[in-house]
Amino acid sequence: MNYQIRTEGQYTVIALRGDVDLHHSPKAREQILKYLGDQCHVMVDLADVAYIDSSGIASLIEGFQLAKQHKLQFGLVGVSEPAMQVLKLARLDRVLPIHQTISGMALVSIR
Amino acid sequence: MTIDNPREPAIEIRDLVTHYGERKVIDGLNLSVYPGEIMAIMGFSGSGKTTLFRQMLGLKKPTSGSIRILGKDINTLNSKDMYDVRRQIGVAFQGGALFSSLTVAENVELPLREHTKLNNQTIRIMSRLKLEVVNLSGCENLKPSELSGGMLKRVALARALIMDPRLLFFDEPSAGLDPIVSAELDELIIQLRDAMKMTIVVITHELHSAFKIADRITIIDKGEILITGTVDEVRHSSNPRVQNMLNRKPREERVDADAYMDRLTGAAP
Repeated sequence: MNYQIRTEGQYTVIALRGDVDLHHSPKAREQILKYLGDQCHVMVDLADVAYIDSSGIASLIEGFQLAKQHKLQFGLVGVSEPAMQVLKLARLDRVLPIHQTISGMALVSIR
Repeated sequence: MTIDNPREPAIEIRDLVTHYGERKVIDGLNLSVYPGEIMAIMGFSGSGKTTLFRQMLGLKKPTSGSIRILGKDINTLNSKDMYDVRRQIGVAFQGGALFSSLTVAENVELPLREHTKLNNQTIRIMSRLKLEVVNLSGCENLKPSELSGGMLKRVALARALIMDPRLLFFDEPSAGLDPIVSAELDELIIQLRDAMKMTIVVITHELHSAFKIADRITIIDKGEILITGTVDEVRHSSNPRVQNMLNRKPREERVDADAYMDRLTGAAP
C-alpha cells in the first residue's frame, strides 16, 4: 500500500492505494489520526484500493469516531468495488459517510 | 494481499494415502480447490472426511502423497514456513474449540494478539466487527459456557475470520443449528467468498446447505472420492453410492462370510 495527501477545498484527502491489509493498515491509521489530531476535516479516498481487510476498516471506524468527538468532518470518497464489498459485509456502508466525489459531496451523498 | 492465480489451486492434494495403524482410511485421493471457490466435502460417518480435514490443516501426516496449501507442500515445510502458511488459514472447528476461561471477545482477539503487533484499539474494533458480521454484537463479555451451540459456532467463525484468512476451513457449520441460523450462516459463507475473495472448504453432512453454498462438491466414501463436481453434476450423478447419499439410503454392503466370522472370533485373516 502507498498513500498520497492532497487538499481539496476544506478537506485533507488521504488517498490510499493498493492493499490495505494487516501489514499496511497501521500506516493508514497513523495518517488518518494525525490529520484529525491536527483538527483537519478528512476524506479517505479509496478509489485505488484493491483490497482492504478488517484492520483497514478498523482504522476508518476509529477515524470516524475521533472526528465525531472533535466535531470534524470525516468520510470516504470514490470507494472501489472491492472496498465497498467489505464495507457492505459489515453493514458499514449504512454507517460511514460515503461520497462519489468531493466536489459534489453535499449533493451526491449516498449514505 | 497477493492476487491469487485462479489457475493455481489454493489446495492441491495428490495421491494421498493415510493409515490408522494397519487400517487404510484414505486411499489414493486427488483433489484441487481453486482460489475463490467454496468446496463442500461430504461423506458418511467414517468416510475419511475428518481425517482429510486434519491433514489439510497439517495436523496429521499422510502415509504417502502430497498436500499443497497456498502453493506450499505442507508436509515438507519447516516450522517457520508452516507458521507462515497457518497465518493465512482460518479454521472454525465443529465444537467451537474456544477457551472456556476467556470471554467471547478475548477468544476472538487471541490470534491478533498472538500473531500481530496491531494496537489495542484496532484489535478491539476488529473483534467487534467480526462479532457484528456473525450477528453476535453485545456478546463480547460472555463466557463460552453462557452461549448456545449456535452462538459457540458463530464465535468460532468470528475467531477463524479475525485475521482475514485467504483460506477458511469450516467443519460442520450447520450441524445442530436451527434452520434460520443455519441459513444465515450459509449466506454469510457466500458473502465472505464474494467480499473477501476467500477460498472456503466446508465439511458438512447437510445436503441442503451444500447445494446452496458450494461451487463444487466432493463426496468421499471409504477413503476414496466418489465424485467431485458442480451441484448439478453431483445431483445427476449415475453413481449409485452418490445417489444413496443424496437420497439418504442405508448402505447395503456385500457380506464376506469368512471375513465376518474371522472378525467376530478374532481369528487371523
